[in-house]
Parts: sequence; structure tokens; C-alpha cells
Amino acid sequence: MKVKLSLIALCLVLAAMLAACGGEAKKDEQKDEQGDVKTGEIAAPAKVVLGVAGAHSGDLASYGLPTVNAAKLVAKKINAEGGINGAMVEVVAQDDQCKPELATNAATKMLSDGVKIVLGHICSGATKAALPIYLDGKIVVMSPSATNPPLTQSGEYPNFFRTIAPDDAQAALEVSFAKSLGLKKVAVIHDKGDYGKGFATFCQQFIDADPEIEVVLFEGVTPGAVDYSAVVQKIKSSGAEGVIFGGYHPEASKIVTGMRKKDMDMPFLSDDGVKDETFIKVAGKYAEGVYATGPMDFSSNTIYQEAVAAHKAEFNADPGPFFPEAYSAALALLNAVKVAGGTDYDKLIDALHNSYVETAVGKIKFDAKGDAEGVGFAVYQVKDGKYQEVK
Amino acid sequence: MDYFLELFMGGLTRGSIYALIALGYTMVYGIIELINFAHGEIYMIGAFTGLIVAGLLTMLGFPGASILVIAIVCAVIWAAAYGYTLEKVAYKPLRNAPRLSPLISAIGMSIFLQNYVMLAQTSDFLPFPELIPHFAFLENLGTIMSSAELVIILATVASCVGLTLFIKFTKLGKAMRATAQNRKMAMLVGINVDMVISATFVIGSSLAAVGGVLIASHIGQINYFIGFIAGIKAFTAAVLGGIGSLPGAMLGALVLGLTEAFATGYVSSDYEDVFAFMLLVLILIFRPSGIMGKEKAQKV
Repeated sequence: MKVKLSLIALCLVLAAMLAACGGEAKKDEQKDEQGDVKTGEIAAPAKVVLGVAGAHSGDLASYGLPTVNAAKLVAKKINAEGGINGAMVEVVAQDDQCKPELATNAATKMLSDGVKIVLGHICSGATKAALPIYLDGKIVVMSPSATNPPLTQSGEYPNFFRTIAPDDAQAALEVSFAKSLGLKKVAVIHDKGDYGKGFATFCQQFIDADPEIEVVLFEGVTPGAVDYSAVVQKIKSSGAEGVIFGGYHPEASKIVTGMRKKDMDMPFLSDDGVKDETFIKVAGKYAEGVYATGPMDFSSNTIYQEAVAAHKAEFNADPGPFFPEAYSAALALLNAVKVAGGTDYDKLIDALHNSYVETAVGKIKFDAKGDAEGVGFAVYQVKDGKYQEVK
Repeated sequence: MDYFLELFMGGLTRGSIYALIALGYTMVYGIIELINFAHGEIYMIGAFTGLIVAGLLTMLGFPGASILVIAIVCAVIWAAAYGYTLEKVAYKPLRNAPRLSPLISAIGMSIFLQNYVMLAQTSDFLPFPELIPHFAFLENLGTIMSSAELVIILATVASCVGLTLFIKFTKLGKAMRATAQNRKMAMLVGINVDMVISATFVIGSSLAAVGGVLIASHIGQINYFIGFIAGIKAFTAAVLGGIGSLPGAMLGALVLGLTEAFATGYVSSDYEDVFAFMLLVLILIFRPSGIMGKEKAQKV
């Protein structure tokens, strides 16, 4: 009897919750309708709507909000200069919290609002979920931060572009740099983590595809283990001429220290998890000569400097992650509208592929797959206790 | 053959470090049947003390080898003080509580000490100076084993021998053995059991501190979290050898270190931990009390 009572109580509670949800949903709809009516009223022919989608709330908001700020700054700048062919730019934001299910909602909303260009999404998973909707609706999408390689490389989404280099670009650079050092046999070591192992696997794929260079050892180490002497011995006996490591600096510095103490002077190459001042501090003299790839340095770019200054003036804070990429993406999208003379889908795509635009990440256009040309990684080497770009 | 020897020496070094920490686990368990989960943190505090002292001495211009000795001595004193306090604060009030209470208290202290060091120092990795100087000892052995590894192995052997002699031949050692055998009876014959327990914590902490300074100087970096994994591994070694037994802890630590080194060398470092814990499971199936552990008759 007790069980039955509690069951009934549970059902009642559930029913009450459902009702509450329904009520809220209705309220939202009403709000939306009002919103639509309003935009309808303002809607004048001379207007370009720039949709911004991404995580604007929730635990990943710090990745998404800089994109909104970037879009607002670009819109303000262009409007101050008289707009695009006389049309004012308006920024409309949609929150997806980096959740795929909310991302599809956001995409549908963009579609129903008639937005033609979208800056976003932030996370690769959310982007992937939203892309089919944008493709059906012939909306051009450009992400400042979704680095998952298949998003562009699968060729499924000709409407998708990005101003950040995909994950595998770093591995490709790493391998071609290893080749330029004259390495024939490489040991690929990783830390078993998502990031480190992913990077190492990409490196292995690129090396396997190249007959001139081979992987003689592919292994993961346990982060936090007391020492790595056994792995170091293994690298030594594998006959490797160099080491590529995927992972973060604590493991890298332990492995490098162990290698150098055993008089193994072979090149040590790593990723942007190791291109970190802490690595040099911890590995000390053993860090000298270590190569690491990392994002290109844009701090000398004038547009980048202007954008950061504008952000400080407007929001009284330093810009967050992916800000330069987002600023550049907004510039690239709006430039395409200008070149295409409107928001016609085919003309927009054409403009993005063919006309160069000056942005915070350099002068870019987009390749056939949708990745920005010229954006990417650079190789750095520790010299005199500092990372210096290898030219 | 060289490859085998190199792995063997690497495994021996790693095993030595485990042994220095495992001795503390096994001694404490032998005396009050408590698994002191905060022991790994004592090792970490020893390493941090070594870092701070070594930094100070380097600034004052002391010569290389004397820094190592003074740093170890300071680390031992400081870690022993922590071990002593730990026992007084976290375990003594719970001496007669149910078995689970001190265990929970130990886990709590472990987390507390980690966070305390993280806040007091930093959560970043810190470079640790190479305190063990490079020296050539044997022409062809030098390529197989570095001087640091030699020093670590020798220091461990010395500590183990010293500890064994101490337990065997001193009055306090005898009192410790008596307390381990039967605490109530020891009390009845006039042994100051509280003092014996404190001494056990102090000795265990000192050994862990020696291990902490030596390994930190060998691998060149520390942070507040190093005690956790080293503690788990040393605890595994102690159980492997038979918890409560001193020679067992040493043997278990060496077996564990060598297993990990050979698993990495001949199979893959992916499986380092898999093999280590597989070994533990196998031993516990066939010898539930560990390699050197004795089947204990239930006291009635």
C-alpha cells in the first residue's frame, strides 16, 4: 500500500512538473512571437543580420561569449563606416551551451528568422549537430573554434568554413617538420589522453602515409608515474632518430630529462601542450633544443591589436579565448556579403573561396574544403630558455 | 642483454622508491592495523621540504653534495614532525573507535594535506634541482645505470638494513615488535604504547622523506599531487609483500618495480599498470596474505 501511495505521489509530482514546463514553453513562444513582431516592424531592406551561435551560458560560456563580443565589435565598426553597401549590420545571438540538442534548436531558430550568415558554433559536437539544418536552409556558417577535422574534410558541408586550423593540421606540420630535420625513424609517444593520443594518432597516420619516414615505436605513458626510465630505454633500443610526443608538459619534461640524462641527443618534437613557459621552467637546461608546434603568433598583426584595443575600450576587459578567430570570422563573413553584393548563398560561398580579406589572423581566403588558408601552426624551438619561432 | 640490464636497473630504482614508502605503510599496519592513506602525502611533503632547503642552500652557496645531505636531513626532520602530528591529530583520538573511522580520517588527512600544499605552494609543476652529482663509477656500467640510480638503490639498501638492525637490536625496536604482537599485553608489561606508535610514525615518515627527496632529484620535478600515485603504488607493494612484514614490503616493492619496468620494456607502457595490478590479484588469489605475510590466527 505504501508503495502504491508513493507511486501515486510520484506521478502527481511528475504531472505537476510537466505542466510547469508546458507553461514555460508557452511563455517562451509568446515572447518569441512578440520578438518576431518587433523585428518585423523594424525590418527594413537595408539590414544584414549576422547570427551568432554558441555557448553563451553554462559552463562553457567563457568560450562562446568572446565570439558575441567580437561580432558586436565588428558590427559596430562596420556600421560606423556606413555599413555594407548602405545596409546596417545587426547581431542576433542564439545560445546552445555547446549542447548538440540545443544547437539544432538554435539553428532552426536562425532558419526561421531568415538569417543568412551565422558565426559559430563553438564546440565541434554542437556544430556537427547544427550543420545539416544550415545546409538545408542554405545558410553560410563559419566557426572560430570547432577544430574537429571531418567538419570540413568530409566534404559534406560546403556551407561550413572556419578560421581556426583543424586538429590534424598541427600533426601534419609536425610530421613535415620532422622530415625536414632528416628523421627517418620516429618514436611516437603520447599520454593516453584524448588530446595527446589524438595528436599522436594523427602523426602516426601521416607518417604511415609517407614512405620516407616510419614509426618505430608507438606507445602511451601513464601520467603521474614515478619515472619513465623504462620508456626512455625502449625509445633508445627502438633505434628511433627522433621522438614525437603528444600530451602536456609535465610528462614531456620528465621524458626529455630522462633522455638527456642517458645522453640521447635526438630531436624531441611536441605539440602546443608543451609550448608552455612552465615546460622550460621545469625541464631547465634539458629543455634546450626541444621543438614544439603551437598556434601562430598574431600579436604583431595590426587588426588584431586594434580588435583587442576596441574590446578593452568597449567591455573594459581582456578578450577571451578564440576572440581573434571570431573577429576574423565576422570580418570574413561580412566581407563576403559585401563582395557578393547581398546574401545570395552561391555568391557568398564563391566570395569566401575566392576573395582575400584582411583579418586579425592575417590575410585569408578559404580553401575548397572550407579551412582558412594561412591560418595554422608554427614550429617553435627552445633557445636560451625561450621559445623562438623556427623560420 | 644490455637492454635487459637497463630495464632491470630502472625497475630496481623504481622499486627502491616504492620500498622506502612501503616500509612506512607496513610498519604502521603492523602496529595499529591502520592503513595510513596520508603516507603518500608525507612523502610529498618531504620532497617539498627538500626543494625549499636545497633552494636556500644553493642561494647561500653550499657545495653540491652537502646540499643533498642537508636537504635530506631537513626533509626527514620536517616530514617526521608531520608524521608525528598526523598521528596525534587524526589517529590517536580514534584509537578505540571502529576500524573504519581511522581509515576515513586517513583519507581525509590525505586530501587535506594535498590541498594545503597546493594552496601554500602552487598547483604548478616545480623544477627540482639535480642534487645527486654525476660521477663515473665503473667504465662500462655507466651507460646502463646513472649515478643517481646507484645512489637511490644504495640509500634504500642502507635504510632497509639500518631499519632491520634497529628493530632487531634496540630496546625501542623490541618494544615495537611487542606492541605489534599484542598491544594490550605490551601495555601490561609496562611498554609505553603511545610512544611506540609515535615512534613508528616518525620512522616511517623519515624513510618516505628520504625517498621523496631522492626521486624528486632524479626526475627533476615535483608538484602537490605526486604523493597520491606513489602512495597507491607503495601501498600495493606492501600488500603484495604481505602487509605488516618489513622484508615483505621491500620484496613486494622490488617485485612491483621490476614488473612495471619489464612490462613497459617488453610489452608496452600502455600495460604498465595492468601488469602491476594483475600481479597483485594473482598473488592475492594464491597467497592471500602476500608473499612474505604470515597467516594470522584469529585472536579469540
